[in-house]
Amino acid sequence: MRWTARDARSLAVALLYLGPSFLLFAAFVFIPLGRTIYLSFFFTRQSGAISTFAGLDQYTELLTSPIFHSGLLATALFVLYTVPAGIILGLVLAVLLNQRLRGINVFRTMMSSTIAISASVGSIIWLLLFNPSLGLLNFVLSLVGISGPQWLIQPNTAIIAVSITTIWLTLGTNIIVLLAGLQGVPEEIYEAAHLDGAHGARLFTRITVPMVSPSLFFLLVVDTIGVLQAFTQIHLLTRGGPVDATRALVYSIYLDAFQNFQFGYASAQAVVLFVLVLVLTVIQFQVIERRVHYQ
Amino acid sequence: MSEAGRRAAATRRRPLRPRQVGAYVVLALVALLVAFPLLLALSYSFMSERDIVQFPPPILPADPTFANYDAVLHEIPIGRYLLNSFVVSGAVVVGQLLTASLAAYAFSFLAFRGRSLLFFLFLSTLMIPWEATIIPNYLTVRQLGWIDTYQGLAVPFMATAFGTFLLRQGFMQIPRELWDSARIDGASSFRFLRSMVIPLSRPALATVGIYGFLSTYNQYFWPLLITNQTLMRTTQVGVAQLRFEESARWGVIMAGVIMVAVPTLALLIAGQRQLIRGLTAGAVKG
Repeated sequence: MRWTARDARSLAVALLYLGPSFLLFAAFVFIPLGRTIYLSFFFTRQSGAISTFAGLDQYTELLTSPIFHSGLLATALFVLYTVPAGIILGLVLAVLLNQRLRGINVFRTMMSSTIAISASVGSIIWLLLFNPSLGLLNFVLSLVGISGPQWLIQPNTAIIAVSITTIWLTLGTNIIVLLAGLQGVPEEIYEAAHLDGAHGARLFTRITVPMVSPSLFFLLVVDTIGVLQAFTQIHLLTRGGPVDATRALVYSIYLDAFQNFQFGYASAQAVVLFVLVLVLTVIQFQVIERRVHYQ
Repeated sequence: MSEAGRRAAATRRRPLRPRQVGAYVVLALVALLVAFPLLLALSYSFMSERDIVQFPPPILPADPTFANYDAVLHEIPIGRYLLNSFVVSGAVVVGQLLTASLAAYAFSFLAFRGRSLLFFLFLSTLMIPWEATIIPNYLTVRQLGWIDTYQGLAVPFMATAFGTFLLRQGFMQIPRELWDSARIDGASSFRFLRSMVIPLSRPALATVGIYGFLSTYNQYFWPLLITNQTLMRTTQVGVAQLRFEESARWGVIMAGVIMVAVPTLALLIAGQRQLIRGLTAGAVKG
């Protein structure tokens, strides 16, 4: 179809309305993304200026760097420890909150309160809980005969500590999303299942879980992307240590760009982050969504 | 009476059954456990340094004191941190509401060629993690001389695809007949937006506003990168700095934590419904 003068005019009017957003997106999203990709092919000076063309060198360096490998491992473990546990816990609490009782809203507000808590506030509170001498966590563990670890000093417990903090921080969102999903399930379905003799765990796995699968799936993607972007918890709890055990992707970008001033090398890692998030989003829209039950 | 009202009235008349009592006990215990870290921070903020080093670790202050709050108020510029955070978050909210309602209006009321392509371009920004662009954005802001400025903290976040999407959903519920009759009356398209669409969309605007405020106020990475001067720190960076500077004074640190968290908790309680609408917009279909 050919463009008429009217088409051009209506587009021009629309662009007046879209302009402010587009200028901002261009300046702070689209052009920077292009620059990130561009920078990843160059070696850079301390100032951020480009020095020489690197081609794929920085990507091959990533592939062979043991530090980057332990960072990727940390990222994967972090996702694995955080996302499933956070969603299951959120679902259990949402089922608990999906009862018809007077004053239930008080409990809903209390349990979802972590949505208002920033990562930095949450991390500082957990820092106290993990403290080996003053913290309550190891004291409670000692009551049941477990001698608590030096949470943030040992590599394998440091990542668990960061994960626990993250689960707590995302719990509020998970509960709210799953509660909304549960409230969308028609009561007749439960009544019919009851008549068919389904109870307790069976009711939960056969009816509840499939009926809220859209919400579960949404959280699976959103929480995974959220963990891939985690920075604050790591910066405040472990600073990426001990020995790179919690050097997750975004923290690694931070260290290489803003502590080591290797902007090009850090940009290559930012491209890896971008691709990971892109793939996850595409999966969300295309592959798995078809298999999830929608009403 | 509304459905919820009738239901509440029905539950009020009946006395509690044992099963319900059990449900309340379980709910109360679990709610306490989930909110425990926050409650503990509150409790610690009233403890003296002597209380804190006791063994076993105390849960409640033996003899509550305001000394920690006093220390926060006098030793660190907490008022300035709060001011900075409110200025930046307020500016982002105003900016987002302006840019997003203009864009959402174009996407819901104006007919033009290329609309779906442009809408897709908007939504594509949701797939780009902010951290993937943070290096060029830092270099840009530094080049503009915006390090340690409010505009450096606020301007990059003044457009929002998510907010535009939410507002568009709200705008599309406004009856077309209003638009048609406004056009017949000769109202300009901008006047229709200002005098009809905006007043009719207050709930959606509130959702976008609260969401924008909360996410800006709670930012950490970006303000950490682009503020160097103490007086330009936001609350989140300021309170985190306490953790490094006052490493042994947990009462003082927790008093700071509570002062920083109170505005967002108040917002949660006041705007819970709007927040929930925002969070569930993407998750539940139909």
